[in-house]
Amino acid sequence: MSDAGIVIIGGGMAAARACINLRANDYAGLITLVSEENLLPYDRPPLSKASIVDEAAHEPVLLLDDSIVASLKVDVRLGKIVTAINRSEKTISLNDGSKIAYTKLLIATGAKPRKLNCVGGEFAFTLRDYKDTVLLRQKFQPGKKIVVIGGGFIGLELASSASKLGCEVSLIEAQPRILMRGVPEPIARIVHNAHVAAGVTMIIGTGISHLTEDAVHLNDSRVIAADTIIAGIGASPETQLAADAGLTIENGIACNAQMQTSDPDIYAAGDCASFPHEHMGGKRIRLEAWRSAQEQAATAAANMLGGDKTHTNVPWFWSDQYDLSLQIAGSAELGPNTITRVPSEGALVLFHMTDDGAIKGVSGIGLGNSIGRDVKIAEMLIAKNAKPSPEILADAAQPLKALLKG
Amino acid sequence: MTQWIDACAKDDVAEEDVIRFDHAGRTFAIYRSPDDKFYATDGLCTHEKIHLADGLVMDNIIECPKHNGRFDYTTGVAKGAPVCVNLKTYPVKLEGARVFINIA
Repeated sequence: MSDAGIVIIGGGMAAARACINLRANDYAGLITLVSEENLLPYDRPPLSKASIVDEAAHEPVLLLDDSIVASLKVDVRLGKIVTAINRSEKTISLNDGSKIAYTKLLIATGAKPRKLNCVGGEFAFTLRDYKDTVLLRQKFQPGKKIVVIGGGFIGLELASSASKLGCEVSLIEAQPRILMRGVPEPIARIVHNAHVAAGVTMIIGTGISHLTEDAVHLNDSRVIAADTIIAGIGASPETQLAADAGLTIENGIACNAQMQTSDPDIYAAGDCASFPHEHMGGKRIRLEAWRSAQEQAATAAANMLGGDKTHTNVPWFWSDQYDLSLQIAGSAELGPNTITRVPSEGALVLFHMTDDGAIKGVSGIGLGNSIGRDVKIAEMLIAKNAKPSPEILADAAQPLKALLKG
Repeated sequence: MTQWIDACAKDDVAEEDVIRFDHAGRTFAIYRSPDDKFYATDGLCTHEKIHLADGLVMDNIIECPKHNGRFDYTTGVAKGAPVCVNLKTYPVKLEGARVFINIA
């Protein structure tokens, strides 16, 4: 049987990790990676943070550099757009007219920023790739007026970066508070206060009327002057290729818990994929998260090689703003009862418990890495479906590690 | 060349735990394994220079508190994504109740 090999579409974390995991699983066949970008796959979390504010970190952090590509023997096609997936002949078509055959295909196309659809929406910049970061870095000059629309993670991280560089920053959120999706209010409040303390003007609960080139016009008819306007209003999964090929789409490219799409020879991983998750009550979820992209790619790689690995990793997420680091694991939604732990001054860890005492989620914030260990232990407890002692969870004098035993 | 430095008391490190030790502008991590042996490594994760002493020790593994990079602290070997560069380890000896590391 001739083996056409494995083809990966994408240039981010999931695509890179899939290459690494295929070889780690002793796959010796062809691997071809096709990316629209002209850079080898690189790490995206720094794009809103270190790559903007830290001169020593201006260069992209390559996940697969030339030496790794050579040692993994990956055929990398950069700057190529995939125009079609031809499922009946098991090939993909590229914009240069060529075709590549696959035995198994992995779609890791990520998610693209939502555009503002109000009048003047085209005046707002968005952040997705390294090119965007280079552009924003030029815009974030001291004293410039930067207006960020959207109080989600990207918007807040960019506001933090602009503020650190001495810009005059305003952040606008239409919802009653920032981080409405997935972050409990007490933690969002700490983030909000950190922005206020840094001098960011927080405009909360007010929608946008329209934009002009140099101002954001609010629904309450206030006008916020801007040298640069940025929209961080969420992302939508890149599903066009999959949809055109007739694959099932359901808030992302619909996969089973093995990261396999509705075509058994096609897998998906990362921000573009949705899948049912046992730790989320079996609900279909889609994650825009760095570690999950790695884990989904590992699951897909194992299964493309004939494995039967079910994706059960507890979702985990982090954000850095100013000196604060926030980490979330599991689901706050599934645990309506909150237990609060204060591990150190200014730090806060919330455990999200069901009525019968099972831990379903954890949300933490603190200076530096002060909450990393507690969040990690909670994540392990979530994975074990544990019902940990509420007294120990709430008492910062008692190490959580004891809860892992027995 | 050897340069043994008195790093800490044995009792400063709980079983299956880690502490930070700074010396002469450098930072180290001192570990006590579940079978009551002591180990020492560089103090910062090879991924993004985070203090490993804030991380979680599980058996012979230290996990970075920032992005969950894992190392075997007894050998320094990186155990997978996102870390790929091994951690430098240092010899350890015990004298009475004290822990010494050789940082030469």
